Amino acid sequence: MTRRIGVFVCWCGFNISATVDVQRVSRSLLDYPGVAWTADYKYCCSDPGQRMLKEAIVSEGLDGVVVAACSPSMHEVTFRGAAEAAGLNPYQVEIANIREQCSWVHADREAATAKAIELVKTMVEKVRGDESLQPISVPVTKRCLVIGGGISGMQAALEVAQAGYQVILVEREPTIGGRMAQLGETFPTLDCASCILTPKTAEVGRHARIRLMAFSEIQKVSGYVGNFEVEIKKKPTYVDWDKCTGCMECVTRCPKKLPAEFERGTGQRKSIYVTFPQAVPYRPRIDRESCIYFASGRCRICVRYCQVEAIDFEQQETVVTEKVGAIIVATGYDLMPKDRFGEYGYGKIPDVIDGLEFERLNSSSGPTSGELRRPSDGKIPEEVVFIQCVGSRDQEKGMPYCSKICCMYTAKHARLFKHKVPQGQAYIFYMDVRAAGKGYEEFIQKGVDEEKLLYLRGRVARVFQDGDKVMVWGEDTLSGKKIEIAADLVVLATAMVPREDARALAQLLKIGTDAYGFFNEAHPKLRPVETLTSGIFLTGAAQAPKDIPDSVSQAGSAASKVLGLFAGDALTHAPTVVEVDAELCSGCGICVDTCPYGARELDQYERVARVREVLCQGCGACAAACPNGATRHRNLDAGQVLAMIDAVLD
Amino acid sequence: MKYAYFPGCTLHTQADNFRLSCDASCRELGLELAELQSWECCGAVFPLSTDNRLPLASPFRTLARAHATGQPLLTLCSACYNVLKRTNYTVSGNAEVREKLEAFVELPYAGQGRVVHLLEAIRDDLGWGALRARVKRPLSGLPVAAYYGCLLLRPQEELQFDDPENPRVLEELVSALGAKPVLYPHRAECCGAYLGVRDSESTLGAVRTILQAAGARGARVLVTSCPLCFYNLDSAQARISQEDLAFKPLPVLYFTQLLALALGAPASQLVLSRHQVDPWPALQELGLGEVVA
Repeated sequence: MTRRIGVFVCWCGFNISATVDVQRVSRSLLDYPGVAWTADYKYCCSDPGQRMLKEAIVSEGLDGVVVAACSPSMHEVTFRGAAEAAGLNPYQVEIANIREQCSWVHADREAATAKAIELVKTMVEKVRGDESLQPISVPVTKRCLVIGGGISGMQAALEVAQAGYQVILVEREPTIGGRMAQLGETFPTLDCASCILTPKTAEVGRHARIRLMAFSEIQKVSGYVGNFEVEIKKKPTYVDWDKCTGCMECVTRCPKKLPAEFERGTGQRKSIYVTFPQAVPYRPRIDRESCIYFASGRCRICVRYCQVEAIDFEQQETVVTEKVGAIIVATGYDLMPKDRFGEYGYGKIPDVIDGLEFERLNSSSGPTSGELRRPSDGKIPEEVVFIQCVGSRDQEKGMPYCSKICCMYTAKHARLFKHKVPQGQAYIFYMDVRAAGKGYEEFIQKGVDEEKLLYLRGRVARVFQDGDKVMVWGEDTLSGKKIEIAADLVVLATAMVPREDARALAQLLKIGTDAYGFFNEAHPKLRPVETLTSGIFLTGAAQAPKDIPDSVSQAGSAASKVLGLFAGDALTHAPTVVEVDAELCSGCGICVDTCPYGARELDQYERVARVREVLCQGCGACAAACPNGATRHRNLDAGQVLAMIDAVLD
Repeated sequence: MKYAYFPGCTLHTQADNFRLSCDASCRELGLELAELQSWECCGAVFPLSTDNRLPLASPFRTLARAHATGQPLLTLCSACYNVLKRTNYTVSGNAEVREKLEAFVELPYAGQGRVVHLLEAIRDDLGWGALRARVKRPLSGLPVAAYYGCLLLRPQEELQFDDPENPRVLEELVSALGAKPVLYPHRAECCGAYLGVRDSESTLGAVRTILQAAGARGARVLVTSCPLCFYNLDSAQARISQEDLAFKPLPVLYFTQLLALALGAPASQLVLSRHQVDPWPALQELGLGEVVA
């Protein structure tokens, strides 16, 4: 069959025409086999340029088009769209890149023109073998999974749910609220964290379109964008939450007390407990490790006092499988453990605490009801030393990055301390004060001006117990003096680090992490909430250290990406993917190992390799690796490539 | 166990109390120290310049000669240990430096030898249990403050000696000898080092802080492994006492002197006459005096 291919050579103003004789390119292609029409124009991408292309397709009956112009990443979409409008299948349009790969990189007009002609000929050969293809259509399950119920995950869940879609919110802990639930007040407004958080946790808890799965974890993820299948493990709480009324009589009666994780050891909890009084869901769980009954088979006091028979020591772990179209990952952060720092006492000095411990001691719902009393003897501290950058910006022993929020929360802690102990003195050792944010610098300045916070620029070398004082040896680099402070309390602003199991979750989701274990975004500037795995989005401090305002705005951004995905009934995917000739395939599986996208799989029963078209990015690696030639890259098969090479060599 | 022994210059001059008590202790412990046939300056301080490797030639020569004996190189002066072990680390990890030094010194050596401090030899090769078994005269009840200084501990990655923030080898030694280790926060603080030459006030301040912290927690003697620390801690006390009548002097000993005492070595090997703050009364109080006399 003789093809009727049109060749359109673009001048790109002087960009191409100054180096390449575009008219000669156009003329010389006229005689080339299969070419029915050639033209050149100053700006092919412009309206008149596109009109010229459309008119030629119709009037000359063209069944293929080569546009010799700039890079296909620039205008392939433009010209394919124009061709489609004129009734031509868009996959019959190819771009010969004679700008980036020719005119811009050459000076010799004669040689550049010859090269341009060859480039166009190769693309004519490609078009000659091109098939008319239709985009692959993929259905979308309009249901979103959010992993992590901190402020970021809750915000994302609420925004997707409010737009009308179902959300499954999976939280590892028995309670949602995350780190923010541990905070007393927040910077830079000093408003109470609970007052802005608990309305959100309550809304998440009662929202008709949010299914909250607390005390659950992701176990397995398969599928692809629009069609994920997720196995969620519901850990046993040993309390039937459907029967439980939340009277908490069991908690009151439980005889076993131990340090509470939520209070970071500053307070206690029972073996059957609810994390905090405003918890959502407001249901207790039994901690099997410390429960007397699980250890000895005796006690059962909770059973005796439960009016509704909700205690169930036989409860088992269950696994549910859910289908979702998109996943938002919001698993948050941890603080670097203070026992890593020998110079600050290896976590063994009771009055050396970290920032979250300070939050609990200062919180009105904390173990001291917000009275600032130090852990060792309950004394109200008067001399308090705050040490910033503990493990942050530390290339030797900690993390090289800045944890971003510590300058602000340290200033907040120091100011709150001064509000409660006006006669006290706060000392802050810092490296730099980084207060970039709306109202942030003013917040710090106010602390210096009004609360007389003493900022000392330098590091602390040693902290040690001396009687009932905690001695702090540091340096003030501005005066060049050694500083010794006999403190009552020392607060370490320890580095924000990824969750311990972040890398394991990343493997389940097939998303990337950086060197530290924070999840990687697709592009640091232009695609900050997407991952390289289509359909999986990021928000909050799981991606990088972040404060509440940033986490919330990123949550909105991730939610809007999900809504965009759910806006259509189906997703389209480029049809220029690989396909398998089952007759030729020997089922060796080389393609499966070669594919970087998980798009190839082996049908064990048929011993034939399959293509998961939606995941295929058309890179061609498997087609090149296939020893039998069974894998064929649509519109870039071996015949086309050889013809393209011949066109250059002739 | 046999070692190629590098005593260093100070042990053959001011610190003969360190050397003789080491010799006596090692005899009792069955650690055979064969002093290197010829040795030279350890280098004194590890050079931090990266474009002049010549100062490494001297320690490199010692390392290469020790390696040729087939025995690990043992030393006990903190400064010698620091320079020799860091040089060894540099040579083993930096091919360019190694090749330069091999060409210059004309001895082949790739950093494969082991550099041990006497404390490591006792801890890792002999073992605390074996030491305990050889104690003839337990120092029961003697409260001993261990002082590490800086050179034994840092940089940790290169020395791999002990935890620089919370070292314990000297306390373990003290316990093994039957004495009572006294913990205080300044075990690894600076003694003032060479600052005494130009700024004796700084050294006095540093020394006073260390001694007072140890004394306040009940220490009767303080042990060290560094001749410079020994000098600063011992010699400054006369002046501190003049300025501060409430100051209670604290005798300073090399750890080997306590070791030799506990192992039953003759008193002559302790050379207590070297000390400006007389350790005699403290030892006498515990009934150890007669041995020393």
